Amino acid sequence: MRRVVLAVMLSLALIVAGAAPALAQGGQVEIVNWWTAGGEEDALVALFEVFREQHPEFEPISSAVAGGAGTDAKAVMITRLVGGNPPDSFQVHGGAELFYSYVDPGFMQPVTDLLEEWGVMDDFNPEILDLVRGDDGEIYSVPLNIHRSNVLWTNQRILDEHGLEAPETIEEMFEVFEALEEAGVTPLALGDLNRWPTLHLFENLMLATMGPEDYNGLWDGSVSFDHEGVIEALEILDRALDYVNPDHAALDWQGAAELIVEDEAAFNVMGDWAEGYFRAVDWEPLEDYGWTTVPGTEGNFMVVTDTFGLPEGISNPEGAEAWLKTVASREGQDAFNPIKGSIPARVDPDVDRYSIYLQSSIDDFAVDTLTPSIAHGSAAPEGFVSELEDILNEFVADRDIDHTVNRIMTIAGDYLE
Amino acid sequence: MRYQVKEKLVSLGILAPSIMAIGVFVYGFIGRTIQVSLTDWNDIVSFMQGEFEFVGLENYFRLFNDTRFITGLWNNLFFMLFFILGALALGIMMAVFINDKPRGHFIFQNIYLFPMAVSFVVTGTVWRWIFAPGSPRSPRGINMLFFQLGRPELMWEWFTSTFSIGPFNIALVTIIIAAVWQFSGYTMAMWLAGLRGIPEQLIEAARIDGASKWQIFTRILFPMQKAITLSAVILLAHISLKAFDLVYVMTGSGPRNVTDIPAVYMYETTFRGNNYSRGAGISIILLMMVGILIIPYLVNTFREE
Amino acid sequence: MQDYGKFKYLVYLILFVLTLFFLLPMYVLFATSFKSFAEVSRQAMWLLPSEYTLAAFGEAYARLIPHLRNSLVLVIPSTLISAMLGSLNGYVLSEWKFRGSDTIFALLLFGMFIPYQSILVPLVRFLQSIGLYGSLQGLIFVHIVYGIPITTLIFRNYYADVPSSLTEAAKVDGAGIFRVYSKIFFPISIPAFVVVIIWQFTNIWNEFLFAVTITQTPAQQPITVALNNLAGSQVVQWNVQMSGAILTALPTLLVYIIFGRYFIRGILAGSAKG
Repeated sequence: MRRVVLAVMLSLALIVAGAAPALAQGGQVEIVNWWTAGGEEDALVALFEVFREQHPEFEPISSAVAGGAGTDAKAVMITRLVGGNPPDSFQVHGGAELFYSYVDPGFMQPVTDLLEEWGVMDDFNPEILDLVRGDDGEIYSVPLNIHRSNVLWTNQRILDEHGLEAPETIEEMFEVFEALEEAGVTPLALGDLNRWPTLHLFENLMLATMGPEDYNGLWDGSVSFDHEGVIEALEILDRALDYVNPDHAALDWQGAAELIVEDEAAFNVMGDWAEGYFRAVDWEPLEDYGWTTVPGTEGNFMVVTDTFGLPEGISNPEGAEAWLKTVASREGQDAFNPIKGSIPARVDPDVDRYSIYLQSSIDDFAVDTLTPSIAHGSAAPEGFVSELEDILNEFVADRDIDHTVNRIMTIAGDYLE
Repeated sequence: MRYQVKEKLVSLGILAPSIMAIGVFVYGFIGRTIQVSLTDWNDIVSFMQGEFEFVGLENYFRLFNDTRFITGLWNNLFFMLFFILGALALGIMMAVFINDKPRGHFIFQNIYLFPMAVSFVVTGTVWRWIFAPGSPRSPRGINMLFFQLGRPELMWEWFTSTFSIGPFNIALVTIIIAAVWQFSGYTMAMWLAGLRGIPEQLIEAARIDGASKWQIFTRILFPMQKAITLSAVILLAHISLKAFDLVYVMTGSGPRNVTDIPAVYMYETTFRGNNYSRGAGISIILLMMVGILIIPYLVNTFREE
Repeated sequence: MQDYGKFKYLVYLILFVLTLFFLLPMYVLFATSFKSFAEVSRQAMWLLPSEYTLAAFGEAYARLIPHLRNSLVLVIPSTLISAMLGSLNGYVLSEWKFRGSDTIFALLLFGMFIPYQSILVPLVRFLQSIGLYGSLQGLIFVHIVYGIPITTLIFRNYYADVPSSLTEAAKVDGAGIFRVYSKIFFPISIPAFVVVIIWQFTNIWNEFLFAVTITQTPAQQPITVALNNLAGSQVVQWNVQMSGAILTALPTLLVYIIFGRYFIRGILAGSAKG
């Protein structure tokens, strides 16, 4: 019995020992993000370095929550915001996610005046700023980086071996697929364990069949989801699914990219974070892997952008503003993006610092039409995205186009007014 | 009588902190969840501004018309059933053998317990790799082993199979195996702890009377361990309802939702879809399911005592 | 073992086959941990590393070790306190029954089934109102509270088999609740304590959802958050992730080995039960 009392005392002592004050010091700036490992973390560290140089009076604290491509971070963010404990700044996808989850509930302050004060407004690609501009005309977050999602990644060795070229149109795509299938190679790698990769593929096909005007029109209500392009995209998806690896439901996106690296499959439709994987396994650009836009989407740029905003009621507003100023700066963006494997949201990058793929992406970004990604939170409210993922998951199994269109129409009515 | 009153007060005093804590942290929050499930909080705006309307049971009606939810409920039921049976059978067998102190029993015991110590995120991934089938011309995981051992006829689609026997999705077998792997060691531990309390003399006497090992097990060990076995069943039931991490990482909800469970659906609905009311509805239905399953056990136990 | 007769070898065979089953995923786990990331692929998952490297372990170790202290400060008090609470609750509920005590037990028990994801928001709000949000103490408190149902269940059913004759005799001698507990019940509880400690330690050590929502800054976060963060949001380096999981599991394994001895030694085997 005495030992138990001792153990309980010890426990209480440990609790007291853990009571180190959790208060942030005056100069700390807490930044929630989900860049916790690999190149992403190195990129954030590089950005922090720039921040410390530009604003030595502040110390950045990274509260990182990985997992679920930001879903876990979002769960934490919303719980904290609802509980009235905002961090000084946090990572959020530009577009619908920013507005539906954070701006409309009143969690965010506009940053328009800050951007004007710093004189950087014109340094950003104006179409990107549209993604973070609310109906009231105010800008609500500072875009840091751009990932492109309409990329067709190719295994160059397989293409060379079979004397094939990356397709430019949908019809060419199926011809190449057929040739590969006959040669005993999986034409298209897909890993839809987490559902969103199917949506990712589908939204790219929609962009190909509808074109950017009609695709963008889906989100302001000027185009309806029974548009012939939507149906056509489903038909193409249906055909394409006959050419994917049979175990797609067992793989995540990285598993699909792995099939490319293992010379099992020739193509993969994935955002350009896939390049981070190819580089991590020591693949050489243009030699081992190549890239082109998803057939039918040339001249378009499907964007996924990470931005940082200014929450209401934060403990260190000066620190947060200083942080955003670094995020908006050329030095900050050029320190972060080459390591992250993305391109800056600004139009004046130091091109030499970027990889050969990223340079081609920078060129396209300057001239292409931008379209927001559904799968990555920029186009539509998350309730819509999550239900659309369910619907497409069913479509992959049942391939019923009419039923699928009906269901999409229903959720569009529920979520997109 | 005074004596009894005093003891009763002391008893209540001991229980009081737990009762209060559970009152707030379980029943208070359940009450809150029920309230949310009766509203139309389907985005953060209305959630934050407290703008909501009571919609009665609408969320529940919607869920019961939702194929994904119904599939998930069935999956969870079968998962619970086979997982409990599997973990219990394996755990008890291991406990009985190890209790007889075979050579190396301490090593065996720790090997069987070890899986529980490893993070689900990682064990789920390893099991996914093992059961990810690959393609016929280039198998992966366990199929690759079968292929290389010259038994390609054993290759199978595992958790990507959409085959089902009635409402039982055969793909669940893989998750059941992974969960049994992770938790049968603990069932063994609970049983071993109980076996410590059974006097040697009792077993010795039975042995002298000529009882076989099997008879000793069925007539002495199992009946005397009934309470502990029931603890294990409840614990395993609890795990099977909360197997969120394992399923989410290992298989996700699967093609045609063959490996979906309500816990995964709830997480996606609430945190990915911002659909608080429907997420709350799923929680409440799960709790009611538990109530239906657990109340017979409680009634039964109390009657026996 | 001798009384298994000719079945003795069958028992060993079964134990051996089970060991294979338990070690198969462990093999993948360890083999992957010693590989470089370029070598990690499902095609080569059954192969041993062509070149053994400790790089993954080194990276994981450096990322995890700053959080070890937080985890210890979290897990030791919450495990011991919830075990103690469970033991006392279980003892009262099985030996000092009063009208309504079975109902109280049932209501406590039901609490373990509450889905944690759905109560996060009210939980955070409540912790804020009592000033425990954003601290390890808050996390300890939450783990103690949500540990009550399970610890109470295990102890209550463990004590349920103790013959009432023993307690009655002590009660007639005039022993009060605490005396009966410390003289009769506590000494025979060691196996149950071991079971409960193993459960609570494992779960609190590995728990992620509460850990990540209730603590805020990296300075407070336990090891499980750091383990999760080894993954990043895009490319997952499975060699680092798996070596991290092995490192994180070591303290838990140590607990199993230290306390597991009590299952077998049986020095405290309940002379009282039976």
